[in-house]
Amino acid sequence: MVGVKSVPSPAISADDRSHEVDHPSSEVAQFGADQPLRLDCGIDLTPFQIAYKTYGELNADRSNAVLICHALTGDQHVANVHPVTGKSGWWDTLVGPGRPLDPSRYFIICSNVIGGCMGSTGPASINPATGKVWGLDFPVITIPDMVRAQAMLIDRLGIDTLFAVVGGSMGGMQVLQWTAAYPKRVYSALAIACSTRHSAQNIAFHELGRQAVMADPDWHNGAYADQGIHPHRGLAVARMAAHITYLSDAALHRKFGRRMQDRELPTFSFDADFQVESYLRYQGSSFVERFDANSYLYLTRAMDYFDIAGDHGGVLAKAFAGIETRFCVVSFTSDWLFPTSESRALVHALNASSARVSFAEIETDRGHDAFLLDVPEFFDISRAFLQSAGKARGLTGKTTNNQDH
Amino acid sequence: MSVQEVLPLNGLAAEQSGPFRADHLLVAEMVKPGSKVLDVGCGDGDLLQLLETRGIDGRGIELSREGVNRCVAKGLAVVQGDADTDLVNYPDDAFDYVILSQTLQATRQPKVVLENLLRIGRRAIVSFPNFGFWRMRLQLLVGGHMPRTENLPASWYDTANIHFCTIKDFVELCDEIHVKMERAEALDLYGRPLRLRLPWWVWNLFGEQGVFLLSRGQGK
Repeated sequence: MVGVKSVPSPAISADDRSHEVDHPSSEVAQFGADQPLRLDCGIDLTPFQIAYKTYGELNADRSNAVLICHALTGDQHVANVHPVTGKSGWWDTLVGPGRPLDPSRYFIICSNVIGGCMGSTGPASINPATGKVWGLDFPVITIPDMVRAQAMLIDRLGIDTLFAVVGGSMGGMQVLQWTAAYPKRVYSALAIACSTRHSAQNIAFHELGRQAVMADPDWHNGAYADQGIHPHRGLAVARMAAHITYLSDAALHRKFGRRMQDRELPTFSFDADFQVESYLRYQGSSFVERFDANSYLYLTRAMDYFDIAGDHGGVLAKAFAGIETRFCVVSFTSDWLFPTSESRALVHALNASSARVSFAEIETDRGHDAFLLDVPEFFDISRAFLQSAGKARGLTGKTTNNQDH
Repeated sequence: MSVQEVLPLNGLAAEQSGPFRADHLLVAEMVKPGSKVLDVGCGDGDLLQLLETRGIDGRGIELSREGVNRCVAKGLAVVQGDADTDLVNYPDDAFDYVILSQTLQATRQPKVVLENLLRIGRRAIVSFPNFGFWRMRLQLLVGGHMPRTENLPASWYDTANIHFCTIKDFVELCDEIHVKMERAEALDLYGRPLRLRLPWWVWNLFGEQGVFLLSRGQGK
């Protein structure tokens, strides 16, 4: 008989996750009926809330605010222990004392995107009209919607111009959307491992993930919350497929090769004989502990719809015409999800707009995930870009020259 | 037009040079403060840093990834790119000056590159090693081999410099494509300008490199 072992059930209870959805342990900004969020689909979302974290202090002339935009499955817990998983912040390599984004120098803001599941209103939130979880009744959101909501939060915090907007992957898309939608409010922009539009291949991978979620019988057409269950098997498969796209052939080979997991010989079954299988199953099962399946559908959809040029008559340079924002674009050699060619197209458009842009491609075999990992060259470039922008902006206050390497 | 008609300017004294290369100081002196400059083939960004100290808004293109990353790590606005293929992406009149320093001879289409420089920039500053320099001539004439110098040490089979020219050749190209020479300088082996007003053949023989400030001529 063939041994079958599927992805294990989550160890963290659904209660921990669902509590954070409506009652996040971070700060929350509530927007009532007087301040609806106008969505691209034509619906006014109201009421809604944005969960966010801040690090450091806003200076007297409100000129040192930095907005960090998180990637697809990230959240506002950029540099603190995560309330659900107990793991350290997802970007504490970039944010923290002595890091390129040092809270002693900058007022750092990171908010959960609209449509997310860590405290900002999304499909896992309670719909106040029905008293039940939104599920698929939640309107489809876009990257511009996320940025519009962030701009409302920044207004609420009393900040006019952001010193920097920083993000990688889907976070990078938000950075670019910020500069296209609010050029005067963004002094400098650090866009990492991203693109001005989602490619056909990336849409295809997202569709694969969504179909995996929807094929799980526990999905119940998105109404699983009413049944008190979660389609964790489908979501885990979606995460496993996506995780492969975040790595590279070379990195997988270096990390795992064809090595076996706790055994010498194949078991002649569909058990996780190979280390790479075991690793992927772990990635899948740990992801479903902290993420909502419907939220995954909505956020992948938002990325698919993203196309800045499409919003500007098909001419990318028009999106950035006359822009004064200082740009730094970073790509990684082994990133095949958002390859360097995508960044180069962005840089060409910025050049055509006479924007001030730096562009560096960093050599690494770690794939798309490199932006979240310890890559010293990336930190050197981020630090220098922010410092030179700070100098031009006349940012005073404590200067940290601590080198963390 | 010949070089004789162009007035060489006062050279910069060596003691002024400080940490900067003499040829960079000469180029920087040709740029009006407050202008917007694109440095094509900016290397490690030394010239851009010098220009920034003079209040000039500088941008750069560099072919090598290592060079670009060193520039960006210095806070300079530099992108990875190729003079032969990427200049077409820049709009007309985007810059006051476009600088091509010691790079023309390494491009595949020097004439097209030169035309692009003066499309993107209202002025161009071009410097290049002079293959008419006496030591080059001597190596070929007496040694019978392709010249190699301190500044150009690569052998013929691994050099990136595929389109060498002399000062005389360059002047003829400028005439052919109706480019106006506003200033011309010949530098000696140490990057110091040849001080005196000399006939062009002397420059072509004793100048180790030429530096030209160009603008769009009539008839273009």
